[in-house]
Amino acid sequence: MDKALIKDYIAKRVAKELKDGDVVNLGIGLPTLVPNYLPAGVKVILQAENGIVGVGPKPTPEEASPYVFDAGGGPASVALGGAFVDSSASFGLIRGKHVDATVLGALQVDEKGNLANWIVPGKMVPGMGGAMDLVAYAKQVIIAMEHTQKGEHKILTQCTLPYTAVGVVTLIVTEMGVMKVTPKGLLLTEYNPEFTVEDIQAATGCKLIISPDLKPMA
Amino acid sequence: MAKIVTMKEAAGMLKDGMSVMVAGFLGAGGPSKLLHEIAQTGVKDLTVMANDGAKTGWALGELISNGQVKKLIATHIGLNPEVGKKMNAGEMEVELVPQGSFAEKIRAGGAGLGGVLTKTGLGTIIADGKQVINIDGQEFLLEKPLHADVALICGYKVDKNGNVWYKGSARNFNVVMATAADLVICEADNIVELGEIEPENVMTPGILVDYIVDGGKA
Repeated sequence: MDKALIKDYIAKRVAKELKDGDVVNLGIGLPTLVPNYLPAGVKVILQAENGIVGVGPKPTPEEASPYVFDAGGGPASVALGGAFVDSSASFGLIRGKHVDATVLGALQVDEKGNLANWIVPGKMVPGMGGAMDLVAYAKQVIIAMEHTQKGEHKILTQCTLPYTAVGVVTLIVTEMGVMKVTPKGLLLTEYNPEFTVEDIQAATGCKLIISPDLKPMA
Repeated sequence: MAKIVTMKEAAGMLKDGMSVMVAGFLGAGGPSKLLHEIAQTGVKDLTVMANDGAKTGWALGELISNGQVKKLIATHIGLNPEVGKKMNAGEMEVELVPQGSFAEKIRAGGAGLGGVLTKTGLGTIIADGKQVINIDGQEFLLEKPLHADVALICGYKVDKNGNVWYKGSARNFNVVMATAADLVICEADNIVELGEIEPENVMTPGILVDYIVDGGKA
């Protein structure tokens, strides 16, 4: 698949998982594209863990205020009818199950729904920020990422990197397919018609269960 | 009651080896002018608790670049590459804490609680050496309170009693940090007369603030 299109393809598919009125927290990068693809009639309330409930559109440089920024530290806006809260209250909203879904990337995810996305020991130690709280408590944890990293498997039988949380991932969406985390393992429910099921299995480090209702991603 | 002091007087209150909470999110909403003043004093061996390392050479980042910070307790350090460099070189110790737990540990420290029970971090290396407590059949990680010698916060409007009103998403960690230190110094973007902040809109009551410095930003 054309590299330039991958991120939007994934974001577009993730957008279909969200329901009207959902409170959603988006990780940095790819997940921030998801609101561009919300189906007609679906409005979600974006939460930024640094203290915005109802994040508005990205401001222009003229509109930007040094007092309104998102969890990436960049300029942000608050939507009409939105609210600001402090960090403690913000994570209270997250842990109190008032956030319906979080969409974020992963370094590795495994068939038990374990997630690793905050540290590569000895190489990259950015820290977990709010990710550990978000994935431990959000009702839906959707991983939106490229299926492999330079040909290396990212979807595994067991993560080899330190966990962000265990048994929390509910859905994985990649440019190759959609996988649901079930007690029996990863259930492939949709596939990108540019690939065969064999291609997808070969790019995956654990055995996929193929859904009897397998259908093309759209 | 809060007392208005000069930047120099406030910066001089920090002594070598002190523990210091620094509000702000990637530096935004934090006391950047006061931090710049503290960077000039040469005070050293500080243990700093802050969400992140700010940005290279700016706000808390200036103290980090100067080598004034012995230990940093934070949630995310990826956006200030100096932090990783100093950590890897053994020049600065870094302890990473999940952001929601960080906020709540500070809240606990300022509210007289013995700790926080959270699912965040369960099953990860964050749980190493920490107590897991079973409450009615569910496991929680015990996170202990954080308290500091000094907290450095920043408000948009600060009245002469030290009552604070924060603008936009600048509120972040200011609210909890104001409660959790022996000495609280607040940088004011605007120092206002009593009554200019309606009592209903006070976000940090003045009894928590010891000293006010004029940041003169707005």
